[in-house]
Amino acid sequence: MKFMMFVCTDAEPDTDPTAQPDIDAWVAENDGRGRRVRGNVLAPTSAATTVRVRNGELLLSDGPFAETKEVIVGYDLLDCADLDEAVEVARTHPMARAGRIELRPFADGEQ
Amino acid sequence: MTHAHPAEVARAASAACADSYARIVAALIRVTGDWTLAEDCAQEALALALHRWPAEGVPANPGGWLMTVARNRAVDVLRRAAVERRKLRELALLQLADEGRAGGSGGEEEVVDDRLRLVFTCCHPALAIEARVALTLRTVCGVPTADIARAFLVGESTMTRRLTRAKARIAAAGIPYRVPTGPALAERLPGVLAVLYLLFTRGYDADGEPAFADEAIRLARLLERLMPGRCEVAGLLALFLFQNSRREARRDVDGNLVPLAEQDRRRWDHAAIAEGVAVLARVDGDGPYAAQARIAACHATAASAAATDWPAIAAAYDRLAGLHPSPVVALNRAVAHGYAHGPAAGLALLVEARTGGALDDHPLAVAAEADLTARRGDAGRAAGLFRRAAAMSRPGPQRRALLDRATALAPAPGRGTPAGVPGRSDPAPDPPDPRAGSDSAAHPGG
Repeated sequence: MKFMMFVCTDAEPDTDPTAQPDIDAWVAENDGRGRRVRGNVLAPTSAATTVRVRNGELLLSDGPFAETKEVIVGYDLLDCADLDEAVEVARTHPMARAGRIELRPFADGEQ
Repeated sequence: MTHAHPAEVARAASAACADSYARIVAALIRVTGDWTLAEDCAQEALALALHRWPAEGVPANPGGWLMTVARNRAVDVLRRAAVERRKLRELALLQLADEGRAGGSGGEEEVVDDRLRLVFTCCHPALAIEARVALTLRTVCGVPTADIARAFLVGESTMTRRLTRAKARIAAAGIPYRVPTGPALAERLPGVLAVLYLLFTRGYDADGEPAFADEAIRLARLLERLMPGRCEVAGLLALFLFQNSRREARRDVDGNLVPLAEQDRRRWDHAAIAEGVAVLARVDGDGPYAAQARIAACHATAASAAATDWPAIAAAYDRLAGLHPSPVVALNRAVAHGYAHGPAAGLALLVEARTGGALDDHPLAVAAEADLTARRGDAGRAAGLFRRAAAMSRPGPQRRALLDRATALAPAPGRGTPAGVPGRSDPAPDPPDPRAGSDSAAHPGG
């Protein structure tokens, strides 16, 4: 089952002083186990462009489509048995503590 | 037993149905993956049993009979829907497994696992807590949607939609139909127990559905049997049994709540208390539910309110405060110490419990202070505190009891004379008794 994992910032990050997990170790671990298909870090929202078409007219605006403090900063495509396994992958990502992570399965289920 | 007494048949039938429902639903979900189909087929099997058994007698293996009927129904539906052969083949095997069990050997592990799987899936943390409670009631316990809707104060169609959404979410979000293993089991179990606790309080609360409390107890018994050696499961079951033992005694003829100290202990369910004591004896370890159960056991086994072992309760609260610190536990601990070691000890702990302001709006905290102050001998100040607690409470019997207490201590100016007030002969607290043994117990785990 494939999940899109959105890596986001959060207004209230964790304050636990114990060491953060390491992102390189996380990638190596999950790539090695075949649970992470691909992923990347996004450029800051200042580089974002929002595209809309209204009545045939192209409208471009700078910045992300939603004006929120919590923004998507990266993504990973996961291939896991089920939600429980995807949660296991997500919880060890550094941004689970420094921000938040959203897991979204694909609409066509198994794929 | 073909011509058994109708009442006897009805009793046997409903017992078999209650016992088999979750088993059937769980097995059908495992094989078909279709929650609605599983529920429908189980319901139809039960309906057929209640229709036929009174006339034809209860079969020798009622659970097997129900499973076969439900399975055949599922085969019919799937065949009509022309579902893959694999599912149909597995359904055929389901019958074999069930017959094996009826023969007295094998199969049990598989079936047992199924029900646990169902409970853990219904209580998955990726579902909203209300959805978990409703889904557990509907799918595991087989409670009619209309009854669940009433308890949640919504219309039946709203509840039907919620249940449908929850079931759709299980499939769409990728929630597995599985009992977690290893460390994940320890992590998930408290969430399951929290659902059981909510289910119980929905039944036990003043306006709840009493049947829900029975369902919670049945599920706790099942979990205790299927997951032996988990101290919190046994602790929760014991806690339920002790609390529920007072169900008949905690209301007077007008339906008002009777404080623990004033309840007629002959009306407590002593069989339930004995079972609770036996379950608690098996608890090897400590956790928030086990600690609460030990406190409840002290109340349940006291021959009278005066004979209550307060030092034991105070010590149990010390442990609970360490395991599961919360403002309400701190308040209850202060009250317990007030009885065990005198009002001054209680008041000192109450000051501690109220630091930080968490109990500022809590009438029970003011009532506890009032009671401790009265017992220390300061009637005037205590009366004022009881009036303040009453003003903070919702109108009802509890508020009236607080005002009665205030009047008994120091009549309000211009209202009769103290001489005419009978006063309470014993120093026991009545009204809002915030001890865990009382009916306003604090509970851990959400």
